[in-house]
Amino acid sequence: MNIYYFARIRENIGISSEELTLPSGVVTVSELISFLEDKGNNYKSAFAESDLIRVAVNNDYVGLDYKITDKDEIAIFPPMTGG
Amino acid sequence: MRVSVQAEDFNIGEEIEKLRQGRTDLGAIVTFTGLVRDIHGDHVIRKMTLEHFPAMAEKELIKIGEQAKTRWPLENLTIIHRYGPLFPGDNIVLVITASHHREAAFEAAQFMMDWLKTDAPFWKKEETDNGEHWVDAKEGDDIKRDRWT
Repeated sequence: MNIYYFARIRENIGISSEELTLPSGVVTVSELISFLEDKGNNYKSAFAESDLIRVAVNNDYVGLDYKITDKDEIAIFPPMTGG
Repeated sequence: MRVSVQAEDFNIGEEIEKLRQGRTDLGAIVTFTGLVRDIHGDHVIRKMTLEHFPAMAEKELIKIGEQAKTRWPLENLTIIHRYGPLFPGDNIVLVITASHHREAAFEAAQFMMDWLKTDAPFWKKEETDNGEHWVDAKEGDDIKRDRWT
């Protein structure tokens, strides 16, 4: 799967995207985020406040309990500030 | 409906003409332009950079435009959202609505702006006299959006 990061979350992690094999035991977006947090402090600080995380899977907004597969494109970003 | 996600500036007069297409049955055209301010609280803003999610941005703007069309009798509409580095006084966003009567044009323009604030995948970063920071989403913007639901 490909994971894309935007804005503050992209800056905290230090990369704009990465390729990953869906880790065993990871079913939902929120489990993926927990898995990523174990990769390092940059991820921990990016995801420190769970209510400031928004996610899209295959270019549609989804909730943190959304079930993902290894073929999905995941985007993780802070609340939008458009307009 | 015309939707554009672009780095370049837009010309409001030209956009109104594009949207009218020479028609004379349109009784009301409302335009809203969002601009970069040079002040945020006590701080002077020097620059604002808009990051966007290219694969989703245009699609989400179309979705918001489609929503407005189902709710109000609009004859046409335009949404243009810029990205990249912008400076005080620069245009950020343009919404134009055309209808036979003013109520639909006013309300639909406000509706689309309220949704753009929270649901268009753009993020603003300000460069101020006190350093750089990402603009926080306002809880009030969610409330303004949700009054339409």
